[in-house]
Amino acid sequence: MIWSWERALEALPLLLEGFRITLLATVLGTLIAAGLGLVIAVLKRALPTPLRQIVHWATEFVRMTPLVVQLLFVYYLLTEVSPLVIGVAVIGIHYATYMAESYRAGIESVPKGQWEAATALSLPASRTWRAVVLPQALRATIPSLGNYAVAMFKDTPFLFAISVVELVTSAQQFGARNFAYTEAFTLAGLIFLLASYPTSVLIRRLEKRLAHY
Amino acid sequence: MRENLAVLWDFSPRLVDGVLVTLQLTLGGALGAFVVAVALGLASRSEAALLRGTARVVVEFFRGTSLLVQLFWLFFVLPLLGVRLEPMTVGVLALALNYGAYGAEVVRGSIASVDRGQWEATHALGMSGIHRMRRIIFPQAWALMIPSLANLLIQLLKGTAVVSFITLSDLNFHVVQLRQATGDTLFAFTVGLLIYFVLAYLLNLGMNVLEIRAKNSLGRGPSMREIWRPTRPESAEVGGGTP
Repeated sequence: MIWSWERALEALPLLLEGFRITLLATVLGTLIAAGLGLVIAVLKRALPTPLRQIVHWATEFVRMTPLVVQLLFVYYLLTEVSPLVIGVAVIGIHYATYMAESYRAGIESVPKGQWEAATALSLPASRTWRAVVLPQALRATIPSLGNYAVAMFKDTPFLFAISVVELVTSAQQFGARNFAYTEAFTLAGLIFLLASYPTSVLIRRLEKRLAHY
Repeated sequence: MRENLAVLWDFSPRLVDGVLVTLQLTLGGALGAFVVAVALGLASRSEAALLRGTARVVVEFFRGTSLLVQLFWLFFVLPLLGVRLEPMTVGVLALALNYGAYGAEVVRGSIASVDRGQWEATHALGMSGIHRMRRIIFPQAWALMIPSLANLLIQLLKGTAVVSFITLSDLNFHVVQLRQATGDTLFAFTVGLLIYFVLAYLLNLGMNVLEIRAKNSLGRGPSMREIWRPTRPESAEVGGGTP
């Protein structure tokens, strides 16, 4: 018999424990990415050209190189820091460069007249951003941020590279110990599917609702 | 620094090997993913409910489970089921299925956004299904889908870096080796990340060329030759590059 329900049941608590770390990494990573992404997007508009170029190339570099290699890089560089902290930070920064692009598109979708009106009212720059531009920009941006959060969730297995015991690492460990890879990896896949599919459906709905205003 | 560069020089043949493995995976995976994407994309627009439903389930399945889980499943579980594949085949297969599922959505969306009149015209001309898709609809959808496919291709290139977990000596693997040889993390990974960055940019450039050609063949935008011409004649800007 290839599949053993007994071993599957035995693996489940361990996998769920790993899943807790997966969720934790996703939530913290999303918070970092959403915050830092906004800062990058605003900086890219507000900074003088040479500095803007530096920010541009730095984010391109992060976007265009593999997350796993970045994880290993920081992991070997900062040997004293806990792998989970490194994982969350690197994943957060990686996705911040993606979310910055979403924010940029959102900011560009704010009509020019809104900027002009803010200038006409001689609002200071900080208030223009906070009270006029961002509330309108965010509406268009939120579904896209949600999509990246789901993508990030599906990238958390890469934390396996730096030995964070998330869902896939627990599955691998359980599989190696009991020679029960079939049960461990199949369940891991199902848990991902059960969590990510409903979320994608919700985001699609949110997208439709926010589009009609 | 000088010692590092000396080690790098001795190490360079292995890095080249790593780049070749990474490129092999990227191109193999991309080719496979394209086939999967077109097949699933077309199937999910089929009039047969069973075919359409199956395609949707397959797409959601491979999108919803993570790349690494799929890779590990193919690598660890398939042999238990009696199927033995080379690690390279496993890598290409996992990349093709995962990114193919994402690509299927791109293909479906692009075909759906080809102008309705074009569909109606093919009906009016009494074209067969395959003929219509091959000559009229797909070439137009192709121009629409290239930017999204270019993004996916970069994602795929980055995704290849996980294959070192299934014993393949790709670029990532050799970067870790270079780190051990030099004892300098910063140096080894800067070199490694730069190589990945250059590869990604070259792929992006290639996709830009494809996009220009696809648009030009539809009579939108300049041809490659017009872009490369050192001094562009005035009329090219007015004419918009129609052949």
